[in-house]
Amino acid sequence: MSLQNLHNPDTTSSTTGPNATGNGPWLSARGLFCERDERVLFSELNFDFLPGDIVRIAGPNGAGKSSLMRILLGLSAGFEGELFWHGKPMVQQVYDFRSQLLYLGHQVGVKGNLTPEENLAWFSPAATQDDIYGALKKVGLSGYEDLLTHGLSAGQQRRVALARLFLEDKPVWILDEPFTAIDKEGVSELEQVVINHAQAGGLVILTTHHDLRVPVKTLMLGGQESEMPLC
Amino acid sequence: MLMALLKRDLLLAFRSRGDLLNPLMFFMMVASLFPLAVSPDPQFLGTIAAGVIWVGALLATLLSLDLMFKSDYEDGSLEQMLLMPQPAMLMVLVKVLVHWLVAGLPLAFIAPLLGLMLGLPNGGFMPLVLSLLLATPILSLLGAIGAGLTVGLRKGGMLMPLLILPLYIPVLIFASSSVQAGVQGSDYLGHMAFLGAYLALTLVVAPVAAAAALRISLAR
Amino acid sequence: MWTRLKRLYHKMGSPKWFYEITTRWSKWFMAVGSILMLTGVVWGLAFAPADYLQGNSFRIIYIHVPASLLSQSAYIMMAVAGLVGLVWNMKMSFVVGKVIAPIGASLAILSLLTGAIWGKPTWGTWWVWDARLTSMLILLFLYFGVIAIYNAIENDEMANKAAAVLSIVGSINIPVIKYSVEWWNTLHQSATITLTKKPTMAPEMFIPLMLTILGFYCWFAVWVFARTRNEILFKERKTNWVKKLLQNGHKKTTGAQL
Repeated sequence: MSLQNLHNPDTTSSTTGPNATGNGPWLSARGLFCERDERVLFSELNFDFLPGDIVRIAGPNGAGKSSLMRILLGLSAGFEGELFWHGKPMVQQVYDFRSQLLYLGHQVGVKGNLTPEENLAWFSPAATQDDIYGALKKVGLSGYEDLLTHGLSAGQQRRVALARLFLEDKPVWILDEPFTAIDKEGVSELEQVVINHAQAGGLVILTTHHDLRVPVKTLMLGGQESEMPLC
Repeated sequence: MLMALLKRDLLLAFRSRGDLLNPLMFFMMVASLFPLAVSPDPQFLGTIAAGVIWVGALLATLLSLDLMFKSDYEDGSLEQMLLMPQPAMLMVLVKVLVHWLVAGLPLAFIAPLLGLMLGLPNGGFMPLVLSLLLATPILSLLGAIGAGLTVGLRKGGMLMPLLILPLYIPVLIFASSSVQAGVQGSDYLGHMAFLGAYLALTLVVAPVAAAAALRISLAR
Repeated sequence: MWTRLKRLYHKMGSPKWFYEITTRWSKWFMAVGSILMLTGVVWGLAFAPADYLQGNSFRIIYIHVPASLLSQSAYIMMAVAGLVGLVWNMKMSFVVGKVIAPIGASLAILSLLTGAIWGKPTWGTWWVWDARLTSMLILLFLYFGVIAIYNAIENDEMANKAAAVLSIVGSINIPVIKYSVEWWNTLHQSATITLTKKPTMAPEMFIPLMLTILGFYCWFAVWVFARTRNEILFKERKTNWVKKLLQNGHKKTTGAQL
């Protein structure tokens, strides 16, 4: 199976190793291979993610989207191949990579027993109260700052986590289904936030079933291999 | 980041203080089962008091270990913690510290009361409290390894005692015999020195092992 | 030198190579182990003099001592295998660790049973909280923990790694546990005879003991190899070399069905 199908509308990706110059790719992979339960999810996967990219990892259920994301994050060691951060092997760059990373997972890590303000104070210790109130206002949670989060709706709870996007100055965003449980209006606002981040020179990697209005690179996983019956 | 984590965890512990009382109540109940099961004779109870209180402390700690990582695992916070740039073992140390503050330290305060109820002779109180102060951090540290290994498992609660209790045995031996030594009026400094050394060893080994355990549990 | 080591490492990591080399080694270990055990047991049971204090009942040491020793070193081996697996990400090493756990546990049980049988004529009771028996009991508990974690975690890779962490922590703790149990025992000691602790052992008792110990080690290796090869066959059942092997029949692979 060939999974070298990185559709790339605006940049040309190199097929040689990633270069280490200042404006080179940020996050690169060479020859990634991953199998789960004796089923190959992807093999010979190569890519270069540049600053300004919005990358969508796509594919049918079970194609390995989450697996790839966890590999990129360094949470899963079950793969072969190499990852690079700014052209250097990731294993040596973990501290640097993680201090520039903002990750929002399937579960966003918001505590019901804390107020939105307290939740954010932990995620972004450097932020002042004004920063936090400002960020909460941007995600439409003004007036909810000091109520316990478990009283909020599912969408509002996710918005608490999304407020981190305004609070933390991290260049790399990895977002797993960020539009889940967000209403229509919120989705288009969030899209705009993602675009702004990329235009400001950040890198966004996301999975979503939602059709984005913006030009994105798509990293297609699975293809013909994963004809799983829907059940 | 670590200070913020400490603050957050203490706040969370305070918000759910009801959960924290459970192991303490369990501790008291276990200790009061012995007079009912064996004999209320104060003379006899005095001789087994040290052992009963320490076994109770081990079991109460086991009960509370589930609190250490479980809820953070379930809501995704643990993932966020492992993605902090700081080494995961520092995060584990913060977790252990909080667990000890809310689940280990209270045992040391309530133990003298149980000592009174079980007729512990006077000389035993000082070593009882000292040994609890010195050794409950060991229980939290070793417990973090078990909690880390079982955090993703549905039947983790049953598994934890199997993994951790054998490692608790040296603590049990030295701590309860320090109380015996105190009762007999002999010196218990050597026992404390051993517990201190064991604490130092676990302080080195356990955070590394627990961090590795968490990585394994979250790798799925 | 370095490249040779590296090549050896890659070979060791290859299940096929491991399968083939252990098939060859097993025969030798079986032969040597049988000779050692037979000589040791016959010598120990029939020819060694009776103990001046315990009479003939001491002769159980020819099983008890090797089982105890081996059960302890098996735990360390399991931990080392786990460490190698974790550090160098070597899958074969995890397989060896996994295979050792139940073998070590059964040796610990054997040691406890023979200890109890020996205790009856010596102390007049099946169980005494003797330091060595207690340590062995705790070692069995440590094995139980490792086996329980293999059973609880469904994902093989995760289970292997988790068990490796636990066995490493356990092996760091073994000296502490042994020390504390011995210390505890001297504190409460009332029995006058301790098992196996002879100031000097007559050579005609000692040499057969050494032979049985070595024999136990050989058979342990055979056992570990056989179980490892079974695991390899199962794990690699979809690869060509295993299919070929199975087609050629089991004739050539005697010893794998232990």
